Amino acid sequence: MEQGYNFAYLDEATKRMIRRAILKAVAIPGHQIPFGAREMPLPYGWGTGGIQVTASIIGPNDTLKVIDQGADDTTNAISIRRFFARVAGVATTEHTAEASIIQTRHRIPERALREDQILVYQVPMPEPLFRLEPRVAETRRMHALAEYGLMQVRLYEDIARLGRIGTAYNYPVMVNARYLMSPSPIPAFDNPKMDRMPALQLFGAGREKRIYAVPPYTPVKSLDFDDHPFRAIRAPHACTLCGSTSSYLDEVVTDDRGGRVFVCSDTDYCQSRREKAA
Amino acid sequence: MNDLLPGFADPVLDAQSAFRAVLEAMSRPGRIVAIDRLPEAPVPLMPAAAAVLLTLADADTPVWSDAGDRVVAWLGFHAGCPIASTPLAARFVLATGAAPALDALDPGSEEEPQFAATLILQVQALERPMDGGPEARRSESAAYADKLGSGWRLTGPGIEHAHHLHVIGAPTDFLAQWRAQRPLFPCGVDVILCAGTRLAALPRTVQIEEG
Repeated sequence: MEQGYNFAYLDEATKRMIRRAILKAVAIPGHQIPFGAREMPLPYGWGTGGIQVTASIIGPNDTLKVIDQGADDTTNAISIRRFFARVAGVATTEHTAEASIIQTRHRIPERALREDQILVYQVPMPEPLFRLEPRVAETRRMHALAEYGLMQVRLYEDIARLGRIGTAYNYPVMVNARYLMSPSPIPAFDNPKMDRMPALQLFGAGREKRIYAVPPYTPVKSLDFDDHPFRAIRAPHACTLCGSTSSYLDEVVTDDRGGRVFVCSDTDYCQSRREKAA
Repeated sequence: MNDLLPGFADPVLDAQSAFRAVLEAMSRPGRIVAIDRLPEAPVPLMPAAAAVLLTLADADTPVWSDAGDRVVAWLGFHAGCPIASTPLAARFVLATGAAPALDALDPGSEEEPQFAATLILQVQALERPMDGGPEARRSESAAYADKLGSGWRLTGPGIEHAHHLHVIGAPTDFLAQWRAQRPLFPCGVDVILCAGTRLAALPRTVQIEEG
């Protein structure tokens, strides 16, 4: 473990402030709580919110997994894992089943999470209404009144123009039938996994300085209409590597003559399926 | 000040471990969680309540307490928190004796419900009904079952089906007070029940019935 830093990098006063925000976030599912986000040793947009949440909850006995769009082996995921190995001395893993804390950028692992795991999301824009109402004071009022007609109108306009809801990621959800929440830019395919998940879900937005949470077993419903129910979208292919027909797929261009393959976005899921098959 | 007791032995890791216990309790209302790394708490402060306050309270959070000067001096030294003159002005309310009414605490506002107070309520005991429920236990030890009362059945976010919790020593009208604050959601007070080294939490979303 690196000397000269406090355990898990943040000072204790900052951790206390973030911990208080996390507890209130759990008590008010889906409500965004402002917090004093600190400058972290990586730029905004690289997961500063998620890192601060992880740093405030992590202990020496935790095992940390970090994924970036499902992958354990991308720059962002590797740097964050290495950061916590250095400043907190914690064990890290690439296996979903072995992790006690999973920090994620824009995916939920394919393997179902358990009660003893915590999922920490990196959130670029916590306010689901920000494209519809630019005034923060006004969106706060709308959340206080549960006044979400604007979002329903936006989805309706999609249906009127396209015949379907055109949102494939960052698909707005209602938490415990009270708060409209941004699930962070996970694919709409992952939205159903949030519903009544046994694991605690925490969300941190560093640049926007907000923390929110979904407690375990809490109803999370994707916004839709009775005659246009929510549908999870998935590329209609099997994974080229493991053959999975149920996982979320990335499209990968293989050459400059139009060649492409579809592979699992969750690298640990794909790898473990291939190992099992071998 | 000579009889000032120490706080956490390891302020960083003890606070982290206590926080995870509180987070687990708040995420799964009614589940009893034990805190392992405890400070030496001055009477009448229970070790679990002392750990919660050292973990969460600081100069930004006024604390109201009915626990007397010795506890106030201990909190002031280890947590550095200002002492609120009324329960309404406090972010953390520590009740070791007769608890102030829930509606005498700050419930937050509709736009900022996060500023609601947290009540740290010391009770005699927290018990989880054993397998077979309170009926089975009653036949084993009638006296103990009488003491337990009918118990609570909790539902809401954080709970898969229902959690059962026996609280011995909560205010007699606590359930009525709890029901009265339900319609205020998202405003409302969150409660952390402490008994000895163990705690259970009641976030404002939880519904409590008897039985």
